[in-house]
Amino acid sequence: MNAIALAAIGIFIFILGYRFYSKFVAEKIFRLDPNYVTPAHQYNDGVDFVPTNKFVLWGHHFTSVAGAAPILGPAIAVYWGWLPAVLWVVLGTVFAAGVHDFGTLVLSVRNKGQSVGTLAHRLIGQRGKVLFLFIILILVLMVNAVFAWVIANLFISYPASVLPVFIQIPLAIWIGHAVYKRNKKMLVPSLVALAVMYITAIVASQVSFLQIDLVQYMGGENGSGLFGLGSISTAFFIWIIVLMVYVYIASTLPVWKLLQPRDFINSHQLVVGLGILYLGLLFTNPEITAPATNPDADISWFPLLFITIACGAISGFHGLVSSGTSSKQLDKETDARFVGYLGAVGEGILALVSIIAVITLFPDRESFFATYSSFTAANGAGLGSFIEGATSLAHGLLIPNDVASTIVSIIVVSFAATTLDTSVRLMRYIISELGVEYKLPVLEKKHVATTIAVVASAALVLLPEGPNGFGSGGYLLWPLFGTSNQLLAGISLLLIAIWLRKLGRNYIVVIIPMIFLMFMTLWAMFQQVFLQWAWYADQPNTLLFVFGAIIFVFTMWIILTAVQVLSKKADPDFKE
Amino acid sequence: MLDKVKKLIAFYEEVLELPHRTEIARELRDEDDLFLLMLYSEMIGIPNPVYYYTLELYPYMIEQFHDWHLRMGMEKSPLTGIRCC
Repeated sequence: MNAIALAAIGIFIFILGYRFYSKFVAEKIFRLDPNYVTPAHQYNDGVDFVPTNKFVLWGHHFTSVAGAAPILGPAIAVYWGWLPAVLWVVLGTVFAAGVHDFGTLVLSVRNKGQSVGTLAHRLIGQRGKVLFLFIILILVLMVNAVFAWVIANLFISYPASVLPVFIQIPLAIWIGHAVYKRNKKMLVPSLVALAVMYITAIVASQVSFLQIDLVQYMGGENGSGLFGLGSISTAFFIWIIVLMVYVYIASTLPVWKLLQPRDFINSHQLVVGLGILYLGLLFTNPEITAPATNPDADISWFPLLFITIACGAISGFHGLVSSGTSSKQLDKETDARFVGYLGAVGEGILALVSIIAVITLFPDRESFFATYSSFTAANGAGLGSFIEGATSLAHGLLIPNDVASTIVSIIVVSFAATTLDTSVRLMRYIISELGVEYKLPVLEKKHVATTIAVVASAALVLLPEGPNGFGSGGYLLWPLFGTSNQLLAGISLLLIAIWLRKLGRNYIVVIIPMIFLMFMTLWAMFQQVFLQWAWYADQPNTLLFVFGAIIFVFTMWIILTAVQVLSKKADPDFKE
Repeated sequence: MLDKVKKLIAFYEEVLELPHRTEIARELRDEDDLFLLMLYSEMIGIPNPVYYYTLELYPYMIEQFHDWHLRMGMEKSPLTGIRCC
């Protein structure tokens, strides 16, 4: 099958979803009112609450939610063939992610712009809030571990990307300084920074001594590293420690100093990345060489697919952005459909092209199966396959292969690094909040909370052993990341359902994706935890078993809470 | 055509500047809050030698003070000396 046709069908379904389904949800279920006074107008303070043009708000919302996760998940999930992955991305975006992102935005707008965490307290009670905090804690812990592994892995596989990525740090600090202290416009400085990064990337791709290749420094893949470890294992260890030191500093600085200016540069990178992939697709016009389904898979796609692709099909993290910032800036309530639903569609489009990059990479089915030989192999190979696939699409735009692979890996590393910064910062806030909740004031201190966050993340990423030993197995945590993200989405959908129920409205469009999501997550976790990772199963792994079991218990908890709360009748006194 | 490109660039710049504008406004607001605290510290028990002079600013600051205490989660003015609401 032709890849352009597949992309066109996917995008066409997204358009139909936006045009008809989101319209139906907006008019019949959420009953959006163009005259409703949104929090942006009601509490306009010129800081958080500011009425914003819907196109601008969508742009900001999309750049906040798009990251490395919708790239990595689909690149792993193509192990079961492209058809299940494409169907889940397209239908998941239309029926689950769109409704979730749109719904959390509306829910928050109708509740003074409060975040889902605060709303959990209001709609479910104190227990709901603590449950919510723990789920976010698990999610951010998994994000930290998985993304630290992603970056370390790319630094080892594509050593030319190290220098441009590190050059981004002083450039970002310079932009931050120029913009905040001297009140300069940021478009030109951030474009200059991007140009410097990419020029460095081009030069580093050609000049070997500019490639910081730790494995080569230690005598190649079979060389010996520190503490009796192999060279690759040592390289992972060093990069992870360097990253953790970096995120410690980055997440304790004010956001305008480093995090935000990096986001300016990364917004350009998102445009460049999507441009390269889609234009490359048009120019190369590749055929899909991967199989549509994989009948010989060592583990069934059902239900594992639904936790392997989280971002790109549905992601709980979006609810945090929708209810955290976007809801406070919505000009008209009817804009929620455009911003929320199309934000999810944007992410779906990114996930779709990630799938296409991987399934057009291999010359034939045999070479596909050689790389994607088992699910564990797919977990390890997904990222590399995406980079190579994106490189071959970029080659259609006459970009040399070595330069293209460096630039694509820089883009992925930049996304992952920003996610890492944000999630370590978020983890710090949650630890502080739990300190308040359980009356442990020491946890409220910035450096104590950050130290706990960083040490826990570093321990988690270093513990699982991969094929290259200590530190190289971070990808094993991917299913746990997907699960915790789905759980968060599930709890947000539950909140929307409770809200609609209290208002006496039909909540079926929300409850169906929620039940689907919870059922799949529970099943997948049961399969993984008790049939795969438990001490009596075929791949015993204490670490994954413990975390998986915790997530399993949380899922049960959410389901019981949902049943209990939803069994109550509509509340005639409930006010929006 | 050129106009459309210019519009597109302006739109893109606005998207980029959205979080930046929030952060700038937040920094400025924090500075204003500190200034307010310095002006009326006497009212919450911190000695202020120039209190009689800063009190002259009272009519100009009252609206801002009202916004401040709402932002701090206090429905009514916490200070009996300032009766904004």
